[in-house]
Amino acid sequence: MSNIQKAFQNGKAFIPFLTCGDPSLEVTEQLVYAMERAGADLIELGIPFSDPTAEGPVIQEASNRALKGGVTTDGIFEMVKKIREKTQIPMVFMTYANVVFSYGIERFIKKAAELGMDGLILPDVPFEEKEEFDCVCRAYGLDLISLIAPTSHERIRMIAEQAHGFVYCVSSLGVTGVRSKITTDVGAMVRLVKETKEIPCAVGFGISTPEQAKKMTEVSDGAIVGSAIVKLCGQYGEACVPYVEEYVKSMKDAIRG
Amino acid sequence: MTDGRFGIHGGQYIPETLMNAVIELEEAYNRYKEDPEFNRELTELLNEYAGRPSRLYFAKRMTEDLGGAKIYLKREDLNHTGAHKINNVLGQVLLAKKMGKTRVIAETGAGQHGVATATAAALMDMECEVFMGEEDTKRQALNVYRMRLLGAKVHPVTSGTGTLKDAVSETMREWTSRIADTHYVLGSCMGPHPFPMIVRDFQSVISKEIKHQIMEKEGKLPDAVLACVGGGSNAIGAFYNFIPDQSVRLIGCEAAGRGVNTAETAATIATGKLGIFHGMKSYFCQDEYGQIAPVYSISAGLDYPGIGPEHAYLHDIGRAEYVAITDEEAVEAFEYLSRIEGIIPAIESAHAVAYARKLAPTMSKDQIIVINISGRGDKDCAAIARYRGEDLHE
Repeated sequence: MSNIQKAFQNGKAFIPFLTCGDPSLEVTEQLVYAMERAGADLIELGIPFSDPTAEGPVIQEASNRALKGGVTTDGIFEMVKKIREKTQIPMVFMTYANVVFSYGIERFIKKAAELGMDGLILPDVPFEEKEEFDCVCRAYGLDLISLIAPTSHERIRMIAEQAHGFVYCVSSLGVTGVRSKITTDVGAMVRLVKETKEIPCAVGFGISTPEQAKKMTEVSDGAIVGSAIVKLCGQYGEACVPYVEEYVKSMKDAIRG
Repeated sequence: MTDGRFGIHGGQYIPETLMNAVIELEEAYNRYKEDPEFNRELTELLNEYAGRPSRLYFAKRMTEDLGGAKIYLKREDLNHTGAHKINNVLGQVLLAKKMGKTRVIAETGAGQHGVATATAAALMDMECEVFMGEEDTKRQALNVYRMRLLGAKVHPVTSGTGTLKDAVSETMREWTSRIADTHYVLGSCMGPHPFPMIVRDFQSVISKEIKHQIMEKEGKLPDAVLACVGGGSNAIGAFYNFIPDQSVRLIGCEAAGRGVNTAETAATIATGKLGIFHGMKSYFCQDEYGQIAPVYSISAGLDYPGIGPEHAYLHDIGRAEYVAITDEEAVEAFEYLSRIEGIIPAIESAHAVAYARKLAPTMSKDQIIVINISGRGDKDCAAIARYRGEDLHE
């Protein structure tokens, strides 16, 4: 069983996202341990990109802060190395195509796999462009996570057939960020995936409250939360760890069912 | 890999949310580009509304002054709205209308593409919103007012460096959030397929006309065609029909800003490397970790860290040359063309004029250079005056 599959063995999965290096890599490392204690099942480590076109203002600003603070891909690799000495919690990188491409696709994926990362999410690499990255991921045993969106319709089957790890269901149109309401029929999207392939489906984009997380996990296998957590990091800075831990605990408790 | 490649460049590196939108766009475009009724309507708009064909003007005084090749100016600045941007916009907005869209959104740098989009939206009764870097709304305040006057809503973009790249990012974000009734009128030959192809096709009217006009005036092809390059839409339009004519040098003039050896430059071919951004694989100004560089040029329209994928390909195969022109050279050319021909070019186009000043004297008198004057320079007067230390109170 892959490490990512293990994330879905403990009831509904709670998947938090962090922008690495906001406010510092030391705090990011502490946040990983705190989120694991609080019940997180899989952690998305965001490698900041200067121009994140799929992100709303919260993660854009966090990325800017992190980059201004001097965070680099190599610095993040060093942090992962330290984390893997202490925990085997499933972890995936989330970043943009150019961060991986400029590092060298093979060099990046080989390094990530050696350090014990389990997967990679690239929101600007759709099904049609994935092979360039996926063939290397397969070679090194990293899952390239596929995304489906409310506009995917007939594309869902095609995407699901070649999906690995889990399927990231984008709950709403638009970019990442907190939403008061999610109107997409996420259940229908998940059913289309499962008709094609038995693979876990986690829902992200717009989830911030325990109620939303509960509702989304009633029709899927997990909830992904980014902006709400990154906002806490921005608000409390170096002191954010206990606030994030408490928040993650409340979210995991809500979906434990 | 998708189609829509130019060599290794191009592709569709966009969020899944937008994939069906670009597929739908490609299907609609392929259908309408062969449709006689669509083409009749577009030709009528280009001729009767935008004022095509634009003139190919023999710049006699400039030719005499430089003492080398004969210089012709392709007067895209005489188009309605004052730039080549209208060629692409009329095509795309008409296409959007046929697709049943009721709203168009666009990014703009110098404001020329935003003004053109707002104009076409007014003409074809579409809702219009334009995203413009906050820094550019200051540099190009007049164009902001023009867009509002035309009924468009202008959103200043504060993210990133507050310039063209951020305006593109923000327009992409906006499109992701509202697709069903909205078409993104991309202004340059960049972004995900099919945009580089669509924009190039709609702009290729420029080289089609140049070819016809120069054959009529001179009975032969030009020796060189010069155009400024940011994303590269006026350049690809001016080059396209000459690509098979190997005797014609195609020269794109990039914005070097304060120089290609400084960080304050936007010359992508000179300083960039291969990357993936804004939906395409191409060359981009970036750091060693792939973070996009905060580029700089005095010209808001060329102040972009990438270049269209077809230009990247023409560079790779050696069919087109790309040269870098500094702010200072462009400003001098802006002043030069104003005085010697009575034509105030856009500061973007002045980059091509600047290279012509270097090239023409090295060529013989029976050779011909065509410079694409992609836009008019009224919008730049306040900024150039400021550059020269003079503050205009408009």
